[in-house]
Amino acid sequence: MDAFTPLLASGLEGLFPRGILPYLVGGLLVGLGATIIYLSTGIIAGASTFLESTLSYVSGVERFNRYKYVQSRDWRVVFTLGIIAGAALWGIVLAPDPSAWTTDVQWWRLLGGGVLVGIGTRLGKGCTSGHGVCGVGSLSETSLVNVATFMAFAIGTAQLVAALGVSP
Amino acid sequence: MSERESALFLPAIFVGGLVFGLGLAISGMARPEVVLDFLQFEDFGLLFVMGGAAVVTGLAFFLATTFLDRAPLTATEYTRRVKEFDRNVVVGGVIFGVGWGLSGICPGAAYASVGIGNFPILWAIAGMFIGAYAQGYVRSRLANTAN
Repeated sequence: MDAFTPLLASGLEGLFPRGILPYLVGGLLVGLGATIIYLSTGIIAGASTFLESTLSYVSGVERFNRYKYVQSRDWRVVFTLGIIAGAALWGIVLAPDPSAWTTDVQWWRLLGGGVLVGIGTRLGKGCTSGHGVCGVGSLSETSLVNVATFMAFAIGTAQLVAALGVSP
Repeated sequence: MSERESALFLPAIFVGGLVFGLGLAISGMARPEVVLDFLQFEDFGLLFVMGGAAVVTGLAFFLATTFLDRAPLTATEYTRRVKEFDRNVVVGGVIFGVGWGLSGICPGAAYASVGIGNFPILWAIAGMFIGAYAQGYVRSRLANTAN
């Protein structure tokens, strides 16, 4: 065991250079946040519907003004404000890390990728939280297919972009 | 929202969002670099974020649908998240995947990123609204011409 432990540790360090704990604690809290909303209200919250329901405040386009968006748009704004406040509590108050206050990823990647995320999550009926966390937690086949698809294409795209020499 | 809604409804949503955002910030998912490291196989930690979160919600869905009846604040019946499958689920997944791989940021993590003070992420949020608007506009037009 004594000989084995460092071997295991070095293997894990290669796979998890930042360690495992922040990821696990963060993930459990993400699940707990969704659970608080679910148990108190019965709502299974996803983050990307906010994009469309919020557009109903300013756009007359029929799709955004469907009943289910208009009747949920207020609490979705509150949900998003909660996410921002929770992240600020950690990133600015409890564990300020100035290196996280910006990103080196180039603006055109953020903007172009963002456009595709906006189209894809709404066309595909959910994102990393709706399908990835709640859908997988529900063992929904629709969500499992969606998650497998976006994971595969995200990995392929990120590797391709890196191989083309774009960094970051 | 119905008039019968509890005064605790919006506070509960806010507290849930707060814990959700706290988790996204602690996990590092609010930083595109961390997500890109995962997608480039340099750091597999993100598996614990999605996995850990899905286990918690999965447990909550199972316990609530098995042992509980209705949610206290809305009287809504507890259900699991099961959406209908169609071609859009796959096409949308492909487009989302390419966008996530290009930018390293997804909607919930983008909101959290604003919270940690990462303002360049507003490029991505602007893009998400543009993309959501574009698909809604085109789909509304298509639905009207089909009628």
